[in-house]
Amino acid sequence: MISPLAAARAVGVEIAARHADDVDARARFPMEAITALKDCRLLGIMVPESDGGAGAGIAEVASICHALGRSCASTAMIYAMHQIQVACIVHHAVKNPWHRTFMKRLAGDQLLLGSATSEAGVGGDLRSSICAIEEKDGRFSLTKQAPVISYGADCDGILVTARRTPQSPASDQVIVVVPREGYTLEQKSGWDALGMRGTCSNGYRLDTTGGMEQVIPVPFADVSAQTMLPVSHLVWSALWLGIATDAVTRARAYVRSEAKRTHGSVSDGSWRLAEAASLLQLMKSNVVAALRQYEVAMGSEDRLTALPFAVAMNNLKTGSSQLAVQVIHQAMLVCGLAGYRNDTAFSLGRHLRDAHSAALMINNDRILAKTAQLLVALREDQGLLE
Amino acid sequence: MAQPVQARVRAVLKQNALLRADIEGLADDADLYAAGLTSHATVNLMLALEEAFDIEFPDRLLRRRTFSSVNAIAQSLDEIGLHKVAA
Repeated sequence: MISPLAAARAVGVEIAARHADDVDARARFPMEAITALKDCRLLGIMVPESDGGAGAGIAEVASICHALGRSCASTAMIYAMHQIQVACIVHHAVKNPWHRTFMKRLAGDQLLLGSATSEAGVGGDLRSSICAIEEKDGRFSLTKQAPVISYGADCDGILVTARRTPQSPASDQVIVVVPREGYTLEQKSGWDALGMRGTCSNGYRLDTTGGMEQVIPVPFADVSAQTMLPVSHLVWSALWLGIATDAVTRARAYVRSEAKRTHGSVSDGSWRLAEAASLLQLMKSNVVAALRQYEVAMGSEDRLTALPFAVAMNNLKTGSSQLAVQVIHQAMLVCGLAGYRNDTAFSLGRHLRDAHSAALMINNDRILAKTAQLLVALREDQGLLE
Repeated sequence: MAQPVQARVRAVLKQNALLRADIEGLADDADLYAAGLTSHATVNLMLALEEAFDIEFPDRLLRRRTFSSVNAIAQSLDEIGLHKVAA
């Protein structure tokens, strides 16, 4: 049997890459690639083996995001966002009978999960909600004005954040799992964006009802700090690295083709290839080190909620998002007009547009401001290998 | 003196208006996060406690649980105090 990573690579190269330009041009859902990922049973790999999954960890999922990012950033982002939701359930609710049954169904039917964490009126702060769970006789109802639910029209279930009760403060949130049959979406806005066009991140009004057992039993604050934020930053950084890696691959191919054409003399911009490769290595080291740090902290609530860990994950996100754009920019300078044009084997426009989303999804300025605040509290510096 | 540390912690929470709920109505073991303490406000709370008690929180105590209730804060302060004596 081939490994999940090998299967994902094949989907990336053979399917996602083939449709990437069309997905981008038409801002459409990458149906072919997502269907192929489902066919390879890659959507449920984080579900424990005892529940029908493969028990994969974050590093394996990040490797898959990286592989997909090299072919189609929208496909990679959809896969990444799905796995962030799965991680929240697997890490925080797998012992709950309802969630366990749902996990089995997710692995069995290869359900695609989406996320409704942002809300109109909270200014982009995921840790604040206006909408609230209204409970009656063990059932809840919830309405959320979601400015963005990525691939909302194509997912089979959504994780929604809300205040615990209508009396709770904005920061006292829970996250609830709602399967497709438990909600309706009314589209309020479309998604004609610079990049990541295939994520179809439309805005919706979400109306949902269900049983209270669908609410993940730990506060969203814990789910967010211990899983959603670090896992997001890890899998996103991995896929941004994938986009940047493909850009460098194209730049290298360009320099090679020029060298062949001119019988060995390298083009003016070729030294930038070395610079791009150096930045790429920096980016990769960052991602790998952060993955290791997460694996060490996994399972320890104290380590996962410690300030140095939050600072490290924030830095990974802001750093990777900036480096991705820099690497692709260097690659474009190497390729010149061949990279700038949309119709060559060296085109980098889509890479650059997709990568520009990185600084915006959870805005870097917001993260840097939070990090700066955390740094006020920290005193000790760690050694080289700690 | 009955629970002097808890009373001083409550005074810090009140002075700095870090909760949405009224601290008077909360038990010493009540979850401060459920009462509106945000992760953002936690750093301010830490700084206010350092000022009020003339102590420094070591990095190892900078985690969510440390500030989760009046009792948890008192326990951490106790730990820092004990640590100081030991050192």
